[in-house]
Amino acid sequence: MDYDQILAPAAKAMRPSGIRKFFDLAADMPECISLGVGEPDFKTPWAIRDAAIRTLQQGRTRYTANAGMKELRVEICNYLARRFGLHYSPDDQVLVTVGGSEAIDMAIRAMVQPGDEVIIPEPCFVCYEPITSLTGGVPVHIATRPEDQFRLKPEQLKNAITPRTKLLILPYPNNPTGAVMEREDLEAIAEVLRGTDVMVLSDEIYSELTYGRQRHISIASLPGMAERTIVVNGFSKSYAMTGWRLGYAAGPAPVLKVMTKIHQSCIMSAPTTSQYAAIVALQQCDDQIVKMRDEYNRRRRFLVKALNEMGLDCFTPLGAFYVFPSIQRTGLTSAQFCEQLLQEKHVAIVPGDAFGASGEGYARISYAYSVEYLETAIKRIRAFLKEHGWLKQD
Amino acid sequence: MDTMQELLQILEKNARLSLENIAAMMDLPTEQVAAMMDEANEKGYIHGYQALVDWEKAGVNQVEAMIELHVSPRKDRGFEEIATAIAAFEEVDSVMLMSGSYDLLVSIKGQSFQEIALFVAKRLSPLDDVLSTATSFVLRTYKRGGVLYQDEEIDERECTVL
Ligand SMILES: Cc1ncc(COP(=O)(O)O)c(C=O)c1O
Repeated sequence: MDYDQILAPAAKAMRPSGIRKFFDLAADMPECISLGVGEPDFKTPWAIRDAAIRTLQQGRTRYTANAGMKELRVEICNYLARRFGLHYSPDDQVLVTVGGSEAIDMAIRAMVQPGDEVIIPEPCFVCYEPITSLTGGVPVHIATRPEDQFRLKPEQLKNAITPRTKLLILPYPNNPTGAVMEREDLEAIAEVLRGTDVMVLSDEIYSELTYGRQRHISIASLPGMAERTIVVNGFSKSYAMTGWRLGYAAGPAPVLKVMTKIHQSCIMSAPTTSQYAAIVALQQCDDQIVKMRDEYNRRRRFLVKALNEMGLDCFTPLGAFYVFPSIQRTGLTSAQFCEQLLQEKHVAIVPGDAFGASGEGYARISYAYSVEYLETAIKRIRAFLKEHGWLKQD
Repeated sequence: MDTMQELLQILEKNARLSLENIAAMMDLPTEQVAAMMDEANEKGYIHGYQALVDWEKAGVNQVEAMIELHVSPRKDRGFEEIATAIAAFEEVDSVMLMSGSYDLLVSIKGQSFQEIALFVAKRLSPLDDVLSTATSFVLRTYKRGGVLYQDEEIDERECTVL
């Protein structure tokens, strides 16, 4: 068989993850300290696991309604109202999905047709571009800048909008930079969008993990924005439930209706056990979220200080669980830096350019690890810089 | 969160973090954290800093026992007197007044079963207020101070989310 002929060109063209090779290398090093993963180190809170076990014992293991269990959709709407002042109807404005990932996929597929432009601020999580390209959409990148704290600026957005623009991806709190958009920032973006036909896909998967004075704010809560915004959120990061594969989208009924149709064909319904568990998460686990966030916050402060002291300048991230230090003083590219660090000191971090060209010169360090583990990593990175004469002298 | 409470939580988990790192984690000046640590010691919030040693792994013989005691409380000082008397023995590791079917739980470490048996027979049981003892030897420690002793917790995360 000539598989090259058989495979769809658009699918073949998807960016291969060069990073995979890098982390395979890391996996073969027994001494390796990896700060690469993007999921919580905490266990899913016990009450949630217990709820799932109970429903398994009761044999409640059938499909659910396509859009997700009604009770869960009600709880999601309560939660979005309680935490972010968002108001949706559980009947036709919410879709329970297989992780935030599927919600992103469904939203893009429901709206983007060939030739439509999708604006993607970078550096960012890497799924938006390949999904856009698979639908025939055209990714339009905006490079956010460290001097703007990696926030999307209204002028940048204005310049990127054309008559073909269909969708803006708004990925805040941001993976990999840890940037957030505060109310004023969102107001400015909303002002650009009001009166256009551009929709927003607001990926708020890290919405519970913010550390600044302002809590997370959803752009959908600003005047005139709910009608043009699809909010994506989920349980992976906030409740340490990555493996449960559960997320959701909320937005205008006509869009959610089409998303639900696609979902019905591709997925049928999100995992039933996870849905039962998620109900308990939303009902009982607000305090667990706070506990985990406090712990992340301590690690964040610890890392930011340690990196800045070494000379790996890093702007203070206010969200998610990543820091994004500049490695430019070394004169290496991100890939070279990370590869040398891995080879010489067996510490694996992710080169910034993996998140888009504008991530070049940076590296992503996850702090979903214990402080003790981070301390060891920091010692190795310091030794690495010192041996090469890159350590900041004070 | 109350900053003293946060400091105590951090220390209870890992007392070996440097002052500078604790200060960074709490977003406070180093001097303030140093002062708070002094205060915690002075006020007795912190009774000491110890290591969680796994003697089995270190290849050192050690036997540990838990002893449940029934005692007769005194009219004037209740359990206080007998508990303090037992706590004064050097061999004794901990003494706690318990709710439930016995009064005091005493833990003790020694080099051999005999040593512990002798201690119970010769020193604990003869005390006037001790009515009865039930000694249980620790066979294996699985977890102590929140830390697993047998199987290290393995990090199964392998998906690099980009
Ligand atoms: C920005 C962002 N969005 C979405 C996801 C997808 O998460 P999930 O599909 O587990 O909900 C991730 C995962 O890392 C992410 O970083």
